[in-house]
Amino acid sequence: MQLTLWTYEGPPHVGAMRVATALKDVHYVLHAPQGDTYADLLFTMIERRDRRPPVTYTTFQARDLGGDTAELFKEAARDAVARFKPAALLVGASCTGELIQDDPGGLARALNLPIPVIPLELPSYQKKENWGAAETFYQTVRALAGPSAPQPGRPRPAPADGPRPSCNILGPTALGFRHRDDVAEVVKLLGTLGIRVAVVAPMGAAADDIARLGEADFNVVLYPELALSAAQWLKRTFGQPFTTVVPIGTGATRDFIAEVCGLAGIPVPPGLEEGAARAPWYSRSVDSTYLTGKRVFIFGDGTHAVAAARIATEELGFEVVGLGTYSREMAREVRAAAGRLGIEALITDDYLEVEAKVAELAPELVLGTQMERHIAKRLGVPCAVISAPVHVQDFPARYSPQMGFEGANVIFDSWVHPLMMGLEEHLLGMFREDFEFNDGAAPSHLGPGSKVPAAVARATVPAIIPAANDPAPAGPSGWTLEAERELQKIPFFVRGKARRNTERFAQERGVALITVETLYDAKAHFGR
Amino acid sequence: MTADGNFAPAALQGSRPAEACAPELPVLVERGQHEVFCGLTGIIWLHRKIQDAFFLVVGSRTCAHLIQSAAGVMIFAEPRFATAIIEDRDLAGLADMNDELDKVVGRLLERRPEIKLLFLVGSCPSEVIKLDLSRAAQRLSSLHAPRVRVLSYSGSGIETTFTQGEDACLAALVPQMPAETSASPRSLLVVGCLADVVEDQFRRLFAELGVGPVHFLPPRSSGELPPVGPQTHLLLAQPFLAETARLLENRGARRLAAPFPLGIEGTTAWLAVAARAFGIDPLRFDAVTGPKIERARRALQRYRKELEGKSVFFFPDSQLEIPLARLLARELGMELAEVGTPYLHRRHMAPELALLPMGTFLSQGQHLDRQLDRCRAARPDLVVCGLGLANPLEAEGLTTKWSIELLFSPVQGYEQAGDLAELFARPLRRRAKLARLAEAPARAEPVRILAAGE
Repeated sequence: MQLTLWTYEGPPHVGAMRVATALKDVHYVLHAPQGDTYADLLFTMIERRDRRPPVTYTTFQARDLGGDTAELFKEAARDAVARFKPAALLVGASCTGELIQDDPGGLARALNLPIPVIPLELPSYQKKENWGAAETFYQTVRALAGPSAPQPGRPRPAPADGPRPSCNILGPTALGFRHRDDVAEVVKLLGTLGIRVAVVAPMGAAADDIARLGEADFNVVLYPELALSAAQWLKRTFGQPFTTVVPIGTGATRDFIAEVCGLAGIPVPPGLEEGAARAPWYSRSVDSTYLTGKRVFIFGDGTHAVAAARIATEELGFEVVGLGTYSREMAREVRAAAGRLGIEALITDDYLEVEAKVAELAPELVLGTQMERHIAKRLGVPCAVISAPVHVQDFPARYSPQMGFEGANVIFDSWVHPLMMGLEEHLLGMFREDFEFNDGAAPSHLGPGSKVPAAVARATVPAIIPAANDPAPAGPSGWTLEAERELQKIPFFVRGKARRNTERFAQERGVALITVETLYDAKAHFGR
Repeated sequence: MTADGNFAPAALQGSRPAEACAPELPVLVERGQHEVFCGLTGIIWLHRKIQDAFFLVVGSRTCAHLIQSAAGVMIFAEPRFATAIIEDRDLAGLADMNDELDKVVGRLLERRPEIKLLFLVGSCPSEVIKLDLSRAAQRLSSLHAPRVRVLSYSGSGIETTFTQGEDACLAALVPQMPAETSASPRSLLVVGCLADVVEDQFRRLFAELGVGPVHFLPPRSSGELPPVGPQTHLLLAQPFLAETARLLENRGARRLAAPFPLGIEGTTAWLAVAARAFGIDPLRFDAVTGPKIERARRALQRYRKELEGKSVFFFPDSQLEIPLARLLARELGMELAEVGTPYLHRRHMAPELALLPMGTFLSQGQHLDRQLDRCRAARPDLVVCGLGLANPLEAEGLTTKWSIELLFSPVQGYEQAGDLAELFARPLRRRAKLARLAEAPARAEPVRILAAGE
């Protein structure tokens, strides 16, 4: 058993719902107890969908457990097909459905429905949401595109509509972080390259579209967590290569363009970035100088965390002090990315571990999920959201992709916004005792009256579940009162680091009592 | 005339007479897909109420995800709830599972020393694999006594719908309540979670009336469990407490039949039943309640203008639907298209049913798609439903009020009567305000900047 408060991912059947909801004419019959319908509101509220997800739940109750749950399932499947007339039916069980062992696949097949039935085996007690989405997409692609697979050894037939290269876009789902606008941005980009987009799936695809996935020349994998297994099967079955670069950030977008043009057998057209890519200039402009070496902590799903680490180091000049993911499926990629930065990756789905790590590293900016947003708020550190799980405010009305050149512009704005503006930061260093500019003053763009949490003043390690023997969050012993007072004059956003560095410096040199002199010795030793 | 023939306070004279809506009223009983929460959801308000209790759900990732989705950002307000997620290896053998649970609980109590009462909350997975949480609770209680009391109840979806989770939780507290002594005075026990502000208002009202001593279940701290016995008069503040009431009656408590304290009429009748049981002079009753009733009337007046003649359709959710429908029909003049409730407790609901307008269409249980068909056919002015249905129905042109807010807001008693009406009036007012925006394309006169001198 695992003690959990927050969970980064839902159960795998929620992943299946994300795929079913993304598709156009596919219905999902879920063998699940009363109450599991709560998942509907993720789609209707967080994503603000204007219709119910295409999911029918059997919602069995205790009185049904006597043995007619199988009958209940068959009735629900029959009714769903009659009422919604889908082109294909996904069937499966939630965690409780799995325990009562009714075999939705077998039961649905026995109904002899006039449409394809795709049974989903989603082990709820081992796997999670993203895995469930990937598996569902893979099974759907296999079931619907499989019948048109060429005989082994037969070459791919020539494309029907002439020589223009074409590709599919794989991976966008319902409840995906910025999937709506990423797709729009990537479709636009491929259009400027002269590449035709055959099918986008699962988002917006009908069963017929899935059936003709094999006709395109290659596949673009936008979100490996969700589409890699389907892309690998399409490669094996139809000989379609797929992209490996996710175009998040200016550099990654350039690499993606090179990769796509390579797969399409066309040269990279010149002038793609003109007028579209503002982020590189913004980042070079002098106002951004103060961003240099800002210490940033990054956590999220594997794809977004790795992409963010690259942008942070290569495109904004930050120093990445922490990098991690909750996606075990992406642990290797994230470890490799962390290795390149000379740090150790944090692979965990326990947000208390993440919180402890953030507190320990005392970064100046946190890039993460909804949970990191809260952690950063508790610790008084600026934060921007880069990955699911997210709340309703991260399904914005305005156009805000993460991918492509416009995505890079969006990222520049949203990461820099929570930081204090350079000049403001500068003045804070100058006038430490200023009556308006002090610890209690938050960045001015957060409006008058906004206060920095008291937690900022001390680099303690808070936890949602505090340990019984936690010391009270007073300053650690070994500081003279005068040194403590001097420390308070250091701007709050670097104070945690200054305290840690000074204590480490003192410990390494066997200094028992930290004085003002020790503080400045350490400052000289470490810089800034 | 109140529902069960008790005296009619003067304050209620002049309200619409209760048309006979016999308790034998026909009810459409439906089975099919239920779009409802399970009983685990009750933890969200229960853990705020009992301040030294911790709720540990023994379940799956789905359970953790549900609470997280329903509790939103509350997760970061240092909540006193968590999920012990069952994993594959736990399913391999049950003996191991009890060891695992002991370990989790041990670790939890070590880290949260301020916890005095721990609820092990059963879920669908734990019920289906027959993990005996009541035995686990006894074992853990003896292990952690006297510092922590460990109890168990089930909030699983297969057994409980939404607010029935509170019923199951309070029912687990009943055996823990001390017995009255022979010298115990007659006392009033108000049962059901109420917002603190509402509880305090009722305390003051009962004190002014001379009714007392008054105890509330659940108490704000687990050490303050009230006594129970034959001298206890039991007044339900919430309509979903069937099991809790049954267990209290088994311990000798006498239930006072009353409508529920929603709106002026419900609150007055509810107080009157208690006043009568304690032999309070009707003149004193009228003197105490009169000014408050007058104030609530003033608050309700403006909403009646907005709501009168409008029709409302209730999807089943919390069992509050019938009392709310009674309030909307009788005090705000709304028409009831359909009143759906997840479960209808005929005995507890009798005083409410007697007040419903003749011919009210009641339904119990749910077949979601058929009910949606009925709702679309009725085209009600307002639909009261859960968050999974609200936006889709809005997109179809219907106006909705999401029902969960009625559990998460202070709505009982005189001072909240206006707030409660506001909850129903606001969506209609908003739709009227935005009516122009909905017309596409906008044909409104464009706003022009007036040139100087114009």
